[in-house]
Amino acid sequence: MAEIEIRALRKAFDGGEVLKGVDLTIEDGEFISLVGPSGCGKSTLLRIIAGLEPQSSGEIWIDGSSADGVRPSARNLAMVFQSYALYPHLSVFDNIAVPLRMKRLSALERAPVLGRLLPGRRRTERVIREDVERVADQLEITPLLKRKPGQLSGGQRQRVAVGRAIVRQPRAFLFDEPLSNLDAKLRVHMRTEIAQLHRQLGTTFIYVTHDQAEAMTMSGRIAVMIGGELIQVGAPSAIYEDPRDIRVAEFIGTPKINAFPGRIRGDGRLEVLGHVLHAATSAAAGECRVCVRPERIELSGSGILSGTVVHLENLGSEAFVHIGSEGMNAPVVVRVNDPGLLPAIGASVGYGFVPDAVRAFDAGGKRVATSIASRIERPRGVAVV
Amino acid sequence: MAAAPSPRAWVFAGRRPAARSAYALAAPAFGLMLLMLIGPLAAVIALSFTDYQLGAPSFAWIGLANYYEMFADRVFWISLKNTLTYVAIVVPGAVALGLGTALLIQSGAGLRSWYRTIYFLPVMATLIAMAIVWEFMLHPQFGLVNGLLRAAGLQGHSWLQDRGTALYALCVIGIWQATGFNMVLFLAGLVSIPKHLYDAADIDGAESAWSRFRLVTWPMLGPVTLFVVTISAIRSFQVFDAVQVLTKGGPSKSSEVLIYTMYTEGFEFFRSGYGAAVTVVFLAFVLLLTLLKSALGNREVHYA
Repeated sequence: MAEIEIRALRKAFDGGEVLKGVDLTIEDGEFISLVGPSGCGKSTLLRIIAGLEPQSSGEIWIDGSSADGVRPSARNLAMVFQSYALYPHLSVFDNIAVPLRMKRLSALERAPVLGRLLPGRRRTERVIREDVERVADQLEITPLLKRKPGQLSGGQRQRVAVGRAIVRQPRAFLFDEPLSNLDAKLRVHMRTEIAQLHRQLGTTFIYVTHDQAEAMTMSGRIAVMIGGELIQVGAPSAIYEDPRDIRVAEFIGTPKINAFPGRIRGDGRLEVLGHVLHAATSAAAGECRVCVRPERIELSGSGILSGTVVHLENLGSEAFVHIGSEGMNAPVVVRVNDPGLLPAIGASVGYGFVPDAVRAFDAGGKRVATSIASRIERPRGVAVV
Repeated sequence: MAAAPSPRAWVFAGRRPAARSAYALAAPAFGLMLLMLIGPLAAVIALSFTDYQLGAPSFAWIGLANYYEMFADRVFWISLKNTLTYVAIVVPGAVALGLGTALLIQSGAGLRSWYRTIYFLPVMATLIAMAIVWEFMLHPQFGLVNGLLRAAGLQGHSWLQDRGTALYALCVIGIWQATGFNMVLFLAGLVSIPKHLYDAADIDGAESAWSRFRLVTWPMLGPVTLFVVTISAIRSFQVFDAVQVLTKGGPSKSSEVLIYTMYTEGFEFFRSGYGAAVTVVFLAFVLLLTLLKSALGNREVHYA
């Protein structure tokens, strides 16, 4: 149970600055995901929270006391690594027992031969055995306790790594891309398990991932990190629906959000590819980008925009149509809910979107507020000029 | 019966020529192996059952007579005991020092390749040349070692001329030479230990360097250690050059070792048959070590 506060955290390696002043307060019992493209500094941030790496400046506070200079184990945080980091020479039982033995046995009691003779060791070992077996039972790995990590599948190793983390009842859990080494099916399954584990334990979870789907499905809050900065922190739905920065909009959501080159006119109306939209903004006139998610675009003959179908992705339950349009560098991706209604490759199609689907960003990439310009009344136009 | 052969039979029939060409293709390599490796070994074993003398026109099969003579010979037993003592001192010494040096070099940030080179020097230099330096260092009157002892107010010693110390002086030289080699092997082993295991150990509460060593480093070095111990043991069994240059097995056989016995019997007294019998004993020890290593290796080493 811990509240973790990160204040103005900076980290510079000899190559450059990896973390450029991160401020974040993680509530007690919260499941927060740090998500961002690889190299954005999210793993470094996690390692600094864990105490595996020192920060260049800034502070970490855990439960109201400063963690600076406190050793990793003394912070009482548990970490699950991407590669699981199980000790290959120890059985599953011993792997899970390591943190308990380190904490509860003295160095003398841990000694290979002599330790066995000490009376205290046997008593402590019995308690440790009970604890390990309880955790193994909880994670359903009891039959594996005698095996070595080399004899386990990826998913089983993952469970053992989680077991080693929860057995010591830490104040918070740190996950460093724990599912990236698993195959796609198992990954989806483990997502559910980790989310359930969080509900069961009620402990603070900090989960680092580059997979925005993991972040979206599991966490209570998402912190999007790009280029060593926290760009936006919020609930998954808020991050998806209301991105504050074009980098967030582009990173969250698959397929990527469509970004049209646009312009804010002098009267505040937005213009895309020469068409004036039914959306307006109070922001200053100039270049902007108008972004629309694939599911908010509709194929329609009456749409204001048009192009040629260059590629189709049929996923069975849904399909994506890639449309090459004049004036666009990348194809526009449109989701079609009924794959039976797909146009042919090479066909020209019209498409459009309603004004409230528009997320506009200024030249600096910052979000500008838009409103529906209601001067012209139309009966339910899909796209409006 | 008159039916055409089934496809199965046909497949088996077709296999014969394939097997024959496979043998033909393997033959050159197999022949060379027989000629270069197994042949000489068999010759040595055969020789140990003869009274052949180097240069003699003829020889006779004398069965186990060489072995009877050898086992009755006091010098052989002294030689065997000295060799085992040498191995028992040099192997732990060189392995422990090699590991220690490797750990120190690995933990330091700078000058790694410099230290690596320095410690590897004794391995690269031929021991014959270095033995001359050692002879000078250990000289009773003007040697560096006794000079230092005298400067510290201690009494010097005739290291190589004293029956009580000659073998141990050779052990020190043996450790000095083997440490660098072991260090390089341990360094390679240390580099291949995944970093995240140390992270995990840190998180799990292995705070002291010793507990990290016990939890991660030592077990992960298991395969390397096994190899280093075996190689050091085999090389120690082979000790010869330092003995030949510095003590010639003396004084009064106190530093006589197996290979040196073999050398004097075979090449100074030209008793090739007897020398071969000593070699067979030596080979038996080496074979034993190799078998021990592979038996341990198969059982202990199954890392993911």
